[in-house]
Amino acid sequence: MQAALPSVQLGRGSAPSAWGVARLMLERDLRLAFRKASQLVQPLAFFAMVTTLFPLAITPELSRLRHIASGVLWAAALLASLLALEFLFRDDAQDGTLEQYALSGRALTGLLSAKTAAHWLLTGLPLALMAPIAGVALGVPGRALPGILASVTLGTVTLSLLGAIGAALTLGVRRAGALLSLLTLPLAIPVLIFGAHATQLAIRGEPYGAPLTLLAALAVFGMTLAPLAAAAAVRINLE
Amino acid sequence: MAWTWFHRLASPPHVYRTAGRLTPWFAWPAAILIIAGLIGGLWLAPPDYQQGDAYRIMYVHAPSAWLSLMVYTLMAVAGGIGLIWRMKVAHALAAAAAPIGASFTFATLVTGSLWGKPMWGTYWQWDPRLTSELLLFFLYLGYMGLRAAFEDLQRADRVSAVLAVVGVINVPIIHYSVVWWNSLHQGPSVMYLGKPTMPPSMLVPLLIMFLGFTLFFGAVLLMRLRAEVLNRERAARWVSAALGGEPGGRWAGEEIGA
Repeated sequence: MQAALPSVQLGRGSAPSAWGVARLMLERDLRLAFRKASQLVQPLAFFAMVTTLFPLAITPELSRLRHIASGVLWAAALLASLLALEFLFRDDAQDGTLEQYALSGRALTGLLSAKTAAHWLLTGLPLALMAPIAGVALGVPGRALPGILASVTLGTVTLSLLGAIGAALTLGVRRAGALLSLLTLPLAIPVLIFGAHATQLAIRGEPYGAPLTLLAALAVFGMTLAPLAAAAAVRINLE
Repeated sequence: MAWTWFHRLASPPHVYRTAGRLTPWFAWPAAILIIAGLIGGLWLAPPDYQQGDAYRIMYVHAPSAWLSLMVYTLMAVAGGIGLIWRMKVAHALAAAAAPIGASFTFATLVTGSLWGKPMWGTYWQWDPRLTSELLLFFLYLGYMGLRAAFEDLQRADRVSAVLAVVGVINVPIIHYSVVWWNSLHQGPSVMYLGKPTMPPSMLVPLLIMFLGFTLFFGAVLLMRLRAEVLNRERAARWVSAALGGEPGGRWAGEEIGA
């Protein structure tokens, strides 16, 4: 993975600042991800596929789909964001990069925050951009789309943070897929509740500020504490 | 030193002996209290004017629900102690407690749905307390699943301790979000615990059952802790001595040889 490191002058007298390191890590992760674009598209395709199942399984009538649209969108988003989690730290753990991060003398919490941010940019944000489109397909009126965009954007931040904890905990487990879901989904329930409710209010044309604020609160809470737990779990698994 | 007792807790043989000595002090009072509470709750307490005899399941349901939460908290605290002070016995305690807590959670779910049949007319209602209890059950399953996924015992201990701490921070958030979710969809269900006018003839057996169940949990925990410690220390000499094996037993012999 050496070749993937951005060509920034390192080790010339002054070490890069914490923000500089975070920016480098973001660049590196994004660059690596775009080299394997098919992996990027998979969660989105999965999200679209799950959304398609519901009209086929329940009813093609948009007037009825509208009522369940918030639940469909959020359940699909939750599952799609789980899909990419297993690979969050996997490659870096296998080739020893993660070990180098832990030994670098930098705060591991900061490094993992940067990795989580990259993961959100690669899965959470595309999902958030795609959710309004899926919403239209489910008969959601146009005025609800900003609310859907905002709630999925905020909600996926927390999902990425929780996912980072889950991925760090199961780093040493061989086939972690099902276990990872079992660990992460119960913790994600508040996001699902507030997110789906904000979406539902938006679809009905009612003010959805309150659940959106709660989603933001969860995201901020997660940003402060989740990297600590993830860093602790990574250190244990690297020992 | 005032801290001697704390340091002695780190010694497995000491914990094994102490747990064995303490077990009857939990088990016998638990048996007496549970029998007394059952007699008080099932025969002596009057039927409820609304629920008839159906409310009596609360004498099992409510103490189980209390323990389901208490055990998870205990697990997280033990895990935290194990992480911070690297105390192996604390991890053994958490490992011993998890299946008991999961069983109490399961008992809460079963008794809750049995109570729901006559009250709600259905075995399952998406009631906030039952729903968050169900999520708690999933948290237990995840904890035990994570523990079982590691070959290396020390790693399993420490990773699952991190999960327990994360989980215990999340339990109130999950609970209140579920309560909030539920308040949107239906009116508050029957408040069968927060009833302010419970007469002493109903309340006293309930309190006795709370105490009895907690002591019962303590007794089972101590027994499981002893088994856990024995299993973890099976290569040590004191284990074969404690189990009454000959002094020249396999493990002891190995140790002399080395």
